[in-house]
Amino acid sequence: MSINWYKYSAPATFYGLAVRLAPWFGGAAAILTVIGLYLSFFVAPTDFQQGEAYRVIFIHVPAAWMSMFIYLVMAAWAAVGLAFNTRLSFMMARALAPTGAMFTFVALWTGAFWGKPMWGAWWVWDARLTSELILLFLYVGIMALWAAIDDPRRGDKAGALLALIGAINVPIIYFSVKWWNTLHQGSSIKPSGTSMDEVMLAGMVVMAIAAWFYTIAVVFVRVRRIILERERHTEWVKHVLEGA
Amino acid sequence: MMEWGSWSAFWAMGGYGLYVWGSFAMTALAIAVEVVQLRQAGRQTLQQLKRLNKWESE
Repeated sequence: MSINWYKYSAPATFYGLAVRLAPWFGGAAAILTVIGLYLSFFVAPTDFQQGEAYRVIFIHVPAAWMSMFIYLVMAAWAAVGLAFNTRLSFMMARALAPTGAMFTFVALWTGAFWGKPMWGAWWVWDARLTSELILLFLYVGIMALWAAIDDPRRGDKAGALLALIGAINVPIIYFSVKWWNTLHQGSSIKPSGTSMDEVMLAGMVVMAIAAWFYTIAVVFVRVRRIILERERHTEWVKHVLEGA
Repeated sequence: MMEWGSWSAFWAMGGYGLYVWGSFAMTALAIAVEVVQLRQAGRQTLQQLKRLNKWESE
């Protein structure tokens, strides 16, 4: 069976796909969250160095990963939109930003709540923390730019350009613990292997997959609304609105 | 309760209760805010678009 991908690049067909798939991803995210929380609190052992405080890792690391991944996906959609002028690409970029900002906030917040007992400070101006804070400002700035420009097509391009330029910050965040002498610890998971207990790693990975599924569900619901707004003069949207 | 022994030990988190639960609670709140906001915005948009299209077709 061959899938006609061009068909799904049209907002009208993608709308239907998003409507059908969102509940499945949402449900999967909920189930994985329950499993992940169970592993985090009832299976994973106490850390020999950090005691129970380390359990913040089960949200902190997945949230920090998501904050960077979502940004890269958003920037990729922005690049596709700028290159091929495809409407759906910009809509996807717009739908991703709020969830990316949410995860960035969570990464910063949980980082503070982990830093306080371990380092004795809620916040330090270290390279990792500062670059992650800049990521939050980038998300907020891009969303503000999109919101400020009334002409959607012009707004699309301005926001996409800022998203692309800001993408430089992502490798800076990722490698900051290597490039600078930071208070923040290095990566627990490297291409060469992991320095973590297997059960702890499993809990973190399950939480990360749950975060992915949550993101997909939420972004599909948000892009649905954006598609309706932007395509409201088309016959198919009028049809959808009459049925709703 | 397996490894914790009691609920109070579970909530205390070895003395790190504030930090562990402060993290998980804020995450739950952030997700709840996003989901609620998304639903409200979706409903508002539907009503607004219906009104606009009706108004324009008259």
